[in-house]
This record gives sequence, structure tokens and C-alpha cells, in this order.
Amino acid sequence: MKLSGHGLRCVRGGREVFSGLDVMAESGRAVAVTGPNGAGKTSLLRLLAGLLAMEGGSIGLEGGDPELTLPEQAHYLGHRDALKPALSVSENLSFWREFLGGASPTSAADAAQALAAVGLDHVGHLPAAYLSAGQRRRLSIARLLAVKRPVWLLDEPTSALDVSGQSAFATIMTDHLAGGGIILAATHTPLGIAVQELRIGSVG
Amino acid sequence: MTALAALIRRDVSVALRVGGGALIGVLFFLTVVVLMPFAVGPDLALLKKLGPAILWLGALLASLLTLDRLFTADHDDGSLDLIVMSRTPLELACAAKALAHWLAAGLPLVAATPVLGLLLNLDGTATGAVALTLLAGTPALTFTGMIGAALAVVLRRGGLLLSVLVLPLSIPVLIFGVAASNAALSGPSPFGTPFSILCALSLASLVIGPFAAAASLRHGLD
Repeated sequence: MKLSGHGLRCVRGGREVFSGLDVMAESGRAVAVTGPNGAGKTSLLRLLAGLLAMEGGSIGLEGGDPELTLPEQAHYLGHRDALKPALSVSENLSFWREFLGGASPTSAADAAQALAAVGLDHVGHLPAAYLSAGQRRRLSIARLLAVKRPVWLLDEPTSALDVSGQSAFATIMTDHLAGGGIILAATHTPLGIAVQELRIGSVG
Repeated sequence: MTALAALIRRDVSVALRVGGGALIGVLFFLTVVVLMPFAVGPDLALLKKLGPAILWLGALLASLLTLDRLFTADHDDGSLDLIVMSRTPLELACAAKALAHWLAAGLPLVAATPVLGLLLNLDGTATGAVALTLLAGTPALTFTGMIGAALAVVLRRGGLLLSVLVLPLSIPVLIFGVAASNAALSGPSPFGTPFSILCALSLASLVIGPFAAAASLRHGLD
């Protein structure tokens, strides 16, 4: 599987963020998108996720499911956690599981496994409102595990995670890559796995 | 189907829990109707004559008040991004969200009508007629209001813009809702004609609303 974008151009609020950007990621490889604040790392991920209109260029995914578009085969982990404070931790996770199409007869077990993998199994009954920033991030990461998607678009995935959380997440990413997945992560800190670096908006 | 059922279940339970705000609409409805007899004065005949119009106005304003919550919460916490990306067509997801909103915020208004009718000196038949017209008409308010809610999210202007956008769309619903209630109450025109038009408005908005809302959400992605 190969994700490629050619000559991408992004304009936000009348200002050109980047243009002529090429991006390529293959199965089993992780790409770290780096660059200064405001360089367009988040914009690039949102463009690939289909959440921003493309002003120019093309995006393609070879070897994926031909019936589905790239956004439908991708997970997007953004700054905002997509959690409802009024729902409990496990309700939040099982909603996304069912809505994103990961539900199966074994759903309960898998959701519990995903929670255990991010170290949240002991707070499953708590409303998400009581979670700390790091715990909210862990819960978002559990969503990546509960629903299978080959492409992961991660925006600052390790922000707010503690040291053990970062190493657990590195293991999760390694497993995903070993299963033939693709990771594109915008980040300022090392992810703890082998990555190709894509530097954008480097100031002269 | 699982995805849509999950979305409806989530939205209803979020709305009904602490801080969800589903009951704000009913409380507002109650306030309007309770205050009206004090404003109109102790003229029971006049109150009875105005009753259906007061109930309809209260319900319309109450549903405008809560429409704001339809998309803004999901937009603010990032859920909307994931809904747009998902394999469920956005139109169906919008329809499911509107249905959930109607179940949590519209249906309680209909349920409160018989009680509030007592305060306006309406008899059983009249209250029944108003409740029936509200049952048929509030889906139209929610589904046309959804278009405004989607635009308000996209344009980031929030509640004020929403009311201005939605108001013209809800006027026909108000006219035929009150006309049908009055027809049942005092005649001389038959109840069926305005009521059929009210149902037609609801059915048309069920179709148009999700498409228009989804189009505006897609167009305004950022």
C-alpha cells in the first residue's frame, strides 16, 4: 500500500500555507512531518483526511480498498479529542467503535482490550469529563486500536502523554506498521520509532 | 444502520444527561406559556382564543433556542471531523443527528403541551389538536433549523445568525400549525386541509434538510 500526494497546494483564509508539496508513505513506514509552528503540518494532515479543500495537486492511495476513499480508510487524531464529557470512557470508545464500523460480535472484548492497551481499563466507568489531558489523549489512541484503519494521520500524537504513555504508544505504532499500516504524524518531539522525516516550511 | 443507531443513541443520551440541555427548551416553553395569562389579563375567552397561537409560538421559540446545540458541540470537540470522514454518508449522519435532536428536544415540547394547555383555558379537544399539530410540525422546525445550524457552524457566527436564517423557513410551519389548531377549535374551515399541508412541510423538510445541511458542512470544511 502506498499513499502519495503530488504538488499539493493549500490556502487558508486567503493565505497560501504551502504549495508544490510532495508526500509519500509506504506500507510499514512512518513519516514524521516536521517544521516550525504555522508551517502547515496540521493543514497537510487535514488535507489528506479530506477535511480541507485542496487548491491544487493530487492525492492517491494505491493498494487500498478501491471502493473506499482515502479519508474512509484513515484515522485522524487531531488536537481535539472528539470525546463527550457526559459519557463514560467506555461509552465514548464504544460509540466510535460502532459509528466508525468496527463493531462485531466480539466488540465488547475488543473495546476492553483497546482500553487496557492504553492503560485506561480502571477508569472505564468514569465520565470523560474527569479525565486528565493525558488520559483523554490515551482514550483517543484507544480509538485507533478499536477500529481497524490502514492509514493513521496523527497530529501531535504524543502531546500530554507521560513517559510510559509515549513508550506504550511507540509499541502501538510499531505493531501497526508491522501489520502493513501507514503512519503520517506531525510532531515536534521524537516518536520513539524509526521514521522518515518530511520537513515543510523550513525557514531559510 | 449500526452506525446511525449508535449516533442517535449517543446524541440522545448526551442531551439527556447533566449539562446536555435537552430540557432547556421545555423550561423556556413553560416560562412563555405561564407568563402569557399574566400579560393578557383575566379574560378567559380571549385566552382560549389565543391559546393555540401562544402554544405554537412558545414551541417554535423553544426549538430555536436549542437548535444551536445540533452541530456546535460536535464541531468544538472534533467529533464532526470524524463524522465527515466516516464511511456513513454525511446526509444520513445529519438526518440521524436531527432525529436525535427532535427526540430529545422536540418530543418533550409535544408531551408538555397537554399540561400547558390547562393554563390557557383550552379544553381537551383543543389541547389534543394543538399537540397533534405540534407532533406533525416540530420535525419540520428541527429539520429546516438544521440547515441554519450547519451554516452557523461553518460561518462561526453562532446563535444570532441561526435565528435570523431559520426564522423565515419556520414561518410557513407556524402559519399552518396555528391554522390547523384553530380549525379544530372553532371552525369553520376543515382541520384536514391545513394539517395536510403541515405534514407535507414536515415531509419535504425531512428530505431537503439533511442534504442542505450536509452540503453546507462539506463546503465549509476548514
